[in-house]
Amino acid sequence: MSLRSPLGKVLGTGSAKQGVHHWWAQRLTSVALVPLSVWFVVSLLSLPSHDHATVVAWMGQSWTALLLVLLVLVGAWHSQLGLRVVVEDYVHGAPARTVTLVLLMFAHVLLAGAGVVAVLRVALGAAP
Amino acid sequence: MPPRPLSPHLSVYKFKYTLTTSILNRFAGLALSLGLPLLVYWLLAVAGGAQAQARAMRVLSLPLMRPLFAALILAFSYHLTAGIRHLVWDTGRGLERKQSERSAWLVVGVSLALALLVAYCAWLAGARAL
Repeated sequence: MSLRSPLGKVLGTGSAKQGVHHWWAQRLTSVALVPLSVWFVVSLLSLPSHDHATVVAWMGQSWTALLLVLLVLVGAWHSQLGLRVVVEDYVHGAPARTVTLVLLMFAHVLLAGAGVVAVLRVALGAAP
Repeated sequence: MPPRPLSPHLSVYKFKYTLTTSILNRFAGLALSLGLPLLVYWLLAVAGGAQAQARAMRVLSLPLMRPLFAALILAFSYHLTAGIRHLVWDTGRGLERKQSERSAWLVVGVSLALALLVAYCAWLAGARAL
Protein backbone atom coordinates (compact mmCIF):
# COMPACT_ATOMS: atom_id res chain seq x y z
CA MET A 1 0.00 0.00 0.00
CA SER A 2 1.29 3.43 -0.84
CA LEU A 3 0.64 6.47 1.31
CA ARG A 4 1.19 8.86 -1.59
CA SER A 5 -1.73 10.92 -2.82
CA PRO A 6 -2.99 10.42 -6.40
CA LEU A 7 -1.78 13.92 -7.28
CA GLY A 8 1.64 13.14 -5.85
CA LYS A 9 1.85 9.97 -7.95
CA VAL A 10 0.89 11.81 -11.14
CA LEU A 11 3.36 14.64 -10.56
CA GLY A 12 6.06 12.07 -9.90
CA THR A 13 7.98 14.40 -7.62
CA GLY A 14 9.32 13.30 -4.28
CA SER A 15 12.63 13.09 -2.53
CA ALA A 16 15.39 14.44 -4.72
CA LYS A 17 17.65 11.84 -3.03
CA GLN A 18 20.06 14.63 -2.10
CA GLY A 19 18.85 15.32 1.43
CA VAL A 20 21.76 13.58 3.08
CA HIS A 21 24.46 15.28 1.00
CA HIS A 22 24.85 18.36 3.22
CA TRP A 23 24.97 16.27 6.39
CA TRP A 24 27.48 13.82 4.93
CA ALA A 25 29.74 16.58 3.53
CA GLN A 26 29.77 18.24 6.94
CA ARG A 27 30.86 14.99 8.68
CA LEU A 28 33.45 14.23 6.00
CA THR A 29 35.02 17.70 6.19
CA SER A 30 34.99 17.67 10.00
CA VAL A 31 36.78 14.31 10.11
CA ALA A 32 39.41 15.67 7.69
CA LEU A 33 39.78 18.91 9.65
CA VAL A 34 40.68 17.16 12.92
CA PRO A 35 44.20 16.17 11.77
CA LEU A 36 44.57 19.13 9.36
CA SER A 37 43.79 21.83 11.92
CA VAL A 38 45.85 20.19 14.67
CA TRP A 39 48.78 19.84 12.25
CA PHE A 40 48.47 23.50 11.25
CA VAL A 41 48.39 24.86 14.81
CA VAL A 42 51.26 22.60 15.97
CA SER A 43 53.49 23.41 12.97
CA LEU A 44 52.77 27.13 13.05
CA LEU A 45 53.63 27.32 16.75
CA SER A 46 56.75 25.19 16.42
CA LEU A 47 58.34 27.35 13.70
CA PRO A 48 61.48 28.99 15.10
CA SER A 49 60.26 32.38 13.88
CA HIS A 50 57.54 33.83 11.71
CA ASP A 51 59.71 36.03 9.50
CA HIS A 52 59.47 35.74 5.72
CA ALA A 53 62.49 33.49 5.09
CA THR A 54 61.41 30.94 7.70
CA VAL A 55 57.80 30.81 6.54
CA VAL A 56 58.78 30.56 2.86
CA ALA A 57 61.20 27.70 3.61
CA TRP A 58 58.43 25.95 5.54
CA MET A 59 55.81 26.42 2.80
CA GLY A 60 58.33 25.33 0.18
CA GLN A 61 58.24 21.76 1.51
CA SER A 62 55.85 19.65 -0.58
CA TRP A 63 54.07 18.20 2.45
CA THR A 64 53.49 21.61 3.96
CA ALA A 65 52.14 23.01 0.69
CA LEU A 66 49.86 20.01 0.17
CA LEU A 67 48.47 20.12 3.72
CA LEU A 68 47.99 23.92 3.58
CA VAL A 69 46.08 23.65 0.29
CA LEU A 70 43.90 20.91 1.80
CA LEU A 71 43.38 22.95 4.98
CA VAL A 72 42.22 26.00 3.02
CA LEU A 73 39.94 24.00 0.72
CA VAL A 74 38.38 21.73 3.34
CA GLY A 75 38.22 24.56 5.88
CA ALA A 76 36.40 26.84 3.44
CA TRP A 77 34.01 24.04 2.49
CA HIS A 78 33.25 23.24 6.14
CA SER A 79 32.82 26.94 6.96
CA GLN A 80 30.42 27.38 4.05
CA LEU A 81 28.35 24.37 5.15
CA GLY A 82 28.19 25.63 8.74
CA LEU A 83 27.36 29.25 7.94
CA ARG A 84 24.73 28.09 5.46
CA VAL A 85 22.81 26.35 8.26
CA VAL A 86 23.03 29.45 10.48
CA VAL A 87 21.65 31.61 7.65
CA GLU A 88 18.87 29.10 6.94
CA ASP A 89 17.95 29.16 10.64
CA TYR A 90 18.03 32.89 11.31
CA VAL A 91 17.64 34.85 8.08
CA HIS A 92 13.94 34.96 7.33
CA GLY A 93 12.35 35.85 4.03
CA ALA A 94 13.34 34.14 0.80
CA PRO A 95 15.01 37.11 -0.99
CA ALA A 96 17.27 38.07 1.94
CA ARG A 97 18.14 34.43 2.60
CA THR A 98 18.95 33.63 -1.02
CA VAL A 99 21.09 36.75 -1.44
CA THR A 100 22.98 35.97 1.80
CA LEU A 101 23.57 32.36 0.75
CA VAL A 102 24.86 33.40 -2.68
CA LEU A 103 27.19 36.01 -1.15
CA LEU A 104 28.45 33.46 1.39
CA MET A 105 29.17 30.94 -1.36
CA PHE A 106 31.01 33.52 -3.49
CA ALA A 107 33.04 34.74 -0.49
CA HIS A 108 34.09 31.19 0.40
CA VAL A 109 35.08 30.25 -3.15
CA LEU A 110 37.04 33.51 -3.42
CA LEU A 111 38.84 32.90 -0.11
CA ALA A 112 39.60 29.28 -0.96
CA GLY A 113 40.91 30.22 -4.41
CA ALA A 114 43.05 33.06 -3.07
CA GLY A 115 44.49 30.84 -0.33
CA VAL A 116 45.41 28.06 -2.76
CA VAL A 117 47.01 30.50 -5.23
CA ALA A 118 49.03 32.07 -2.40
CA VAL A 119 50.34 28.72 -1.14
CA LEU A 120 51.18 27.52 -4.66
CA ARG A 121 53.00 30.78 -5.51
CA VAL A 122 55.23 30.37 -2.48
CA ALA A 123 55.67 26.60 -2.92
CA LEU A 124 56.60 26.93 -6.61
CA GLY A 125 59.03 29.77 -5.92
CA ALA A 126 56.97 32.41 -7.74
CA ALA A 127 56.69 34.71 -4.70
CA PRO A 128 59.01 37.75 -4.70
CA MET B 1 4.58 34.31 0.04
CA PRO B 2 2.81 35.03 3.37
CA PRO B 3 5.13 35.65 6.34
CA ARG B 4 6.19 32.38 7.95
CA PRO B 5 5.98 31.83 11.71
CA LEU B 6 9.32 32.35 13.49
CA SER B 7 10.90 29.60 15.54
CA PRO B 8 11.33 30.50 19.24
CA HIS B 9 14.42 32.59 19.84
CA LEU B 10 17.27 31.73 22.18
CA SER B 11 16.11 34.02 24.99
CA VAL B 12 13.02 31.96 25.81
CA TYR B 13 14.91 28.85 26.97
CA LYS B 14 16.22 28.26 30.47
CA PHE B 15 19.80 27.11 31.04
CA LYS B 16 20.46 23.51 30.06
CA TYR B 17 23.85 21.96 29.45
CA THR B 18 22.60 20.43 26.21
CA LEU B 19 21.53 23.80 24.81
CA THR B 20 24.65 25.56 26.10
CA THR B 21 27.15 23.10 24.63
CA SER B 22 25.26 23.12 21.34
CA ILE B 23 25.05 26.90 20.93
CA LEU B 24 28.68 27.32 22.05
CA ASN B 25 29.68 24.95 19.27
CA ARG B 26 27.86 27.13 16.76
CA PHE B 27 29.42 30.34 18.11
CA ALA B 28 32.84 28.71 18.02
CA GLY B 29 32.23 27.69 14.41
CA LEU B 30 31.20 31.24 13.54
CA ALA B 31 34.36 32.59 15.17
CA LEU B 32 36.50 30.10 13.24
CA SER B 33 34.83 31.23 10.00
CA LEU B 34 36.27 34.67 10.76
CA GLY B 35 39.65 32.97 11.14
CA LEU B 36 39.50 31.83 7.49
CA PRO B 37 39.88 35.35 5.96
CA LEU B 38 42.62 35.97 8.52
CA LEU B 39 44.48 32.83 7.41
CA VAL B 40 44.09 33.75 3.73
CA TYR B 41 45.26 37.32 4.45
CA TRP B 42 48.42 35.92 6.04
CA LEU B 43 49.00 33.44 3.17
CA LEU B 44 48.57 36.23 0.59
CA ALA B 45 51.00 38.41 2.54
CA VAL B 46 53.62 35.64 2.54
CA ALA B 47 53.10 35.19 -1.21
CA GLY B 48 53.43 38.95 -1.66
CA GLY B 49 57.05 38.99 -0.52
CA ALA B 50 59.11 39.98 2.51
CA GLN B 51 57.81 43.56 2.67
CA ALA B 52 54.15 42.58 2.35
CA GLN B 53 54.62 39.94 5.03
CA ALA B 54 56.38 42.33 7.40
CA ARG B 55 53.48 44.77 6.95
CA ALA B 56 50.94 42.02 7.65
CA MET B 57 52.88 40.91 10.75
CA ARG B 58 52.75 44.49 12.06
CA VAL B 59 48.97 44.50 11.56
CA LEU B 60 48.58 41.03 13.11
CA SER B 61 50.64 41.94 16.18
CA LEU B 62 48.64 45.08 17.01
CA PRO B 63 47.35 44.98 20.62
CA LEU B 64 43.85 45.11 19.13
CA MET B 65 44.42 41.64 17.62
CA ARG B 66 45.16 40.00 20.99
CA PRO B 67 41.49 39.44 21.99
CA LEU B 68 40.78 38.17 18.48
CA PHE B 69 43.54 35.55 18.71
CA ALA B 70 42.42 34.61 22.23
CA ALA B 71 38.87 34.11 20.90
CA LEU B 72 40.17 32.08 17.96
CA ILE B 73 42.21 29.81 20.27
CA LEU B 74 39.17 29.24 22.52
CA ALA B 75 36.94 28.66 19.49
CA PHE B 76 39.42 26.22 17.94
CA SER B 77 39.76 24.19 21.15
CA TYR B 78 36.03 24.09 21.77
CA HIS B 79 34.95 23.37 18.19
CA LEU B 80 37.55 20.60 17.92
CA THR B 81 36.54 18.78 21.13
CA ALA B 82 32.79 19.37 20.73
CA GLY B 83 33.08 18.31 17.09
CA ILE B 84 34.71 15.03 18.10
CA ARG B 85 31.81 14.54 20.57
CA HIS B 86 29.39 15.01 17.68
CA LEU B 87 31.29 12.49 15.56
CA VAL B 88 31.09 9.94 18.41
CA TRP B 89 27.33 10.58 18.62
CA ASP B 90 27.07 9.95 14.87
CA THR B 91 28.22 6.37 15.49
CA GLY B 92 25.23 5.96 17.82
CA ARG B 93 27.30 5.97 21.02
CA GLY B 94 27.08 8.19 24.08
CA LEU B 95 23.53 9.35 23.50
CA GLU B 96 22.13 8.32 26.89
CA ARG B 97 21.34 11.25 29.17
CA LYS B 98 23.99 10.37 31.79
CA GLN B 99 26.66 9.79 29.14
CA SER B 100 25.90 13.00 27.29
CA GLU B 101 25.94 15.00 30.52
CA ARG B 102 29.34 13.53 31.35
CA SER B 103 30.69 14.20 27.85
CA ALA B 104 29.39 17.80 28.04
CA TRP B 105 31.56 18.47 31.10
CA LEU B 106 34.43 16.54 29.54
CA VAL B 107 34.26 18.78 26.44
CA VAL B 108 34.25 21.92 28.59
CA GLY B 109 37.22 20.72 30.67
CA VAL B 110 39.29 19.36 27.78
CA SER B 111 38.68 22.40 25.57
CA LEU B 112 39.67 24.83 28.34
CA ALA B 113 42.85 22.84 29.05
CA LEU B 114 43.63 22.67 25.32
CA ALA B 115 43.01 26.42 24.92
CA LEU B 116 45.40 27.17 27.80
CA LEU B 117 48.04 24.87 26.27
CA VAL B 118 47.72 26.46 22.81
CA ALA B 119 47.77 29.96 24.29
CA TYR B 120 50.91 29.11 26.29
CA CYS B 121 52.63 27.69 23.18
CA ALA B 122 51.55 30.76 21.18
CA TRP B 123 53.02 32.99 23.88
CA LEU B 124 56.28 30.98 23.79
CA ALA B 125 56.36 31.21 19.98
CA GLY B 126 55.76 34.95 20.18
CA ALA B 127 58.54 35.38 22.74
CA ARG B 128 60.91 33.28 20.58
CA ALA B 129 60.19 35.41 17.51
CA LEU B 130 61.17 38.66 19.26
